[in-house]
Amino acid sequence: MKMKNLLRAALRSLAKNKMRTFLTMLGIIIGVASVIAMLAIGQGSKQSIQAQISTLGTNVLMIWPQASSTGGVRMEAGSSQKMTLEDVTAISDRCPSVAFVTPQVRSSGQLVNGNMNWRTSVYGVYPNYFEIRNLNLMSGNLFTMSDDRSATKVCVIGQTVVNNLFGTDADPVGSYIRINKIPFKIVGITEKKGQNAFGQDQDDMVIAPFSTVQKRLMAITHIQSMLASAKSEPQIPAASQEITDVLKAKHNLGPSEDPDFTIRTQTDIANAATATSGILTILLATIASISLLVGGIGIMNIMLVSVTERTREIGIRMSVGARGRDVLLQFLIEALLISLLGGFIGISLGVLVSQLIANLLSWPVSITVQSILMSFIFSSAIGIFFGWYPARKAAGLNPIDALRYE
Amino acid sequence: MAGGDIDMNKAIISVKALVKTYKMGDVEVHALRGVHADIIKDDFVAIMGKSGSGKSTFMNIIGCLDVPTRGQYLLDDVDVGSLTKDQLANLRNRKIGFVFQSFNLLSRTSALENVELPLMYNKKITSREMRERSLKALEAVGLAGRAHHFPNQLSGGEQQRVAIARSLVNDPVVILADEPTGNLDTRTSLEVMAIFQELNRKGITIVIVTHEADIAAFTKRNITFRDGRIIKTVDVDKPRNAMEELAIMPVMVEEDDV
Repeated sequence: MKMKNLLRAALRSLAKNKMRTFLTMLGIIIGVASVIAMLAIGQGSKQSIQAQISTLGTNVLMIWPQASSTGGVRMEAGSSQKMTLEDVTAISDRCPSVAFVTPQVRSSGQLVNGNMNWRTSVYGVYPNYFEIRNLNLMSGNLFTMSDDRSATKVCVIGQTVVNNLFGTDADPVGSYIRINKIPFKIVGITEKKGQNAFGQDQDDMVIAPFSTVQKRLMAITHIQSMLASAKSEPQIPAASQEITDVLKAKHNLGPSEDPDFTIRTQTDIANAATATSGILTILLATIASISLLVGGIGIMNIMLVSVTERTREIGIRMSVGARGRDVLLQFLIEALLISLLGGFIGISLGVLVSQLIANLLSWPVSITVQSILMSFIFSSAIGIFFGWYPARKAAGLNPIDALRYE
Repeated sequence: MAGGDIDMNKAIISVKALVKTYKMGDVEVHALRGVHADIIKDDFVAIMGKSGSGKSTFMNIIGCLDVPTRGQYLLDDVDVGSLTKDQLANLRNRKIGFVFQSFNLLSRTSALENVELPLMYNKKITSREMRERSLKALEAVGLAGRAHHFPNQLSGGEQQRVAIARSLVNDPVVILADEPTGNLDTRTSLEVMAIFQELNRKGITIVIVTHEADIAAFTKRNITFRDGRIIKTVDVDKPRNAMEELAIMPVMVEEDDV
């Protein structure tokens, strides 16, 4: 039988029992729609986490010294003082995959402006810190490397600090504040960045030249950590490897020895943060797939009823020359049509529901082409899988018995 | 046994020592116990016998719906005994037309599409050719005007005529009719027999199964079965003419006019 005629015969028999066809299809529709919606929710939350992670900067690598130990007593992580500015220079000179690298020290400071005061973190970094972390200035200018060399008392402050020391909407560029009683000139204000993935206010900080903070505020000689950025995302692993090699060489460690520092990349952090949402997505999609499976069983059930009901029709068709595979194909196409049509409606419904969730609950949703494609393939596979047995049964009928069937 | 051996005409159906045995549980049922028969081109044969005489089994076998346990069956020089299920289906599609007692039309499918059904299973035929041949077949049974009616809009006689149109649309070697008048009243039975006689005159070979002697009287030759064997073959001296009898029959009010 030609495909066109097969399709027409299948459509006609589905149209004959509209209610039954619809109810059977409903199983698939609900299954596919829930798979689409659940995947959309999962993807959406994953993407929003990734978007937050990206506020850390672009292709960032964080380098921390390991814990120090004094006479067998081990101190907290990052307490080792072995990291020096020479390490920073070595990395920037010898690591081709690294775009920028800056030393970093962090101190707590009591900030005072007139009768207002505020306590926050003061970071000492090179100006390229702004490139690494993707920070922009809202007003004023950045300090320079020469400010660093001469340990100038200048700083850039975040919006939260402005609000607490000068009041909202103030532009204190050029004003002086005192940090731990030392006067600093405000040269710039950073753009608002909001909270990071861990709920930290990224606008509540002061950034000053590295040497200023290291020498004037903290009076230490080592550096606490380093921040670097790879030239591109695929180069992050390479950058990480190069930094490891350079630092090991600098610290006189053999290739087989454990490094005395830790590197964490932005990808690591993103993976850790999205792992939970990934598990959630799989869980949701699994539950939704079960309903799709139940829908498939519904198809099988109704196709079995249909084969029994139409035994005589099968007999007639066989008597005029239908071969087993003609009958098989006819019933298979019916099952496939139910599941594909159901899949199609289900996809549309799923997209609609996802939009509704996005609009009414303002949850982040993201519908991917993959999830639509997967639903489509999955529902047609279900049609073929669950349609096969009834169709096989129809094709195996003996024409004489089928014709006699009442 | 049959007259075909003497006849100059070629036998299109030729069975020799046909045996069919069914297993019903532990019991063996001997439906056919060695049947010899030849049916020649242009023949019009009535197969008679009581129920259980083996006539239905015989029809199923010559209709390629069933295969014999032993013996030989040649349909149009093809040895049917050695064919696969698919080959049998193809043979039914190309060489045989069936007419059943209960019409066996597909419901909610128009008369025309019912007639098209056998051609749909023939990939060589285009949609256009299918339509043309089906309309012609409907015309041959006098139902050109009813092409787009559904079976439930047609009277019993009309439904059987649609079935006849379906049986002849593929230009078969033989039309096999199983009790074609069994569900019809006297007048419509006559109408159906008139169509068969007309088709036979045009050169189509027809075999009908019937247990009514007056229906068998319209054919050219009667073969009687009993207990799985042919017990009698009679050439009908002067077949009744359905057309003439219809003409003199008093007109009755049709109950099931549409």
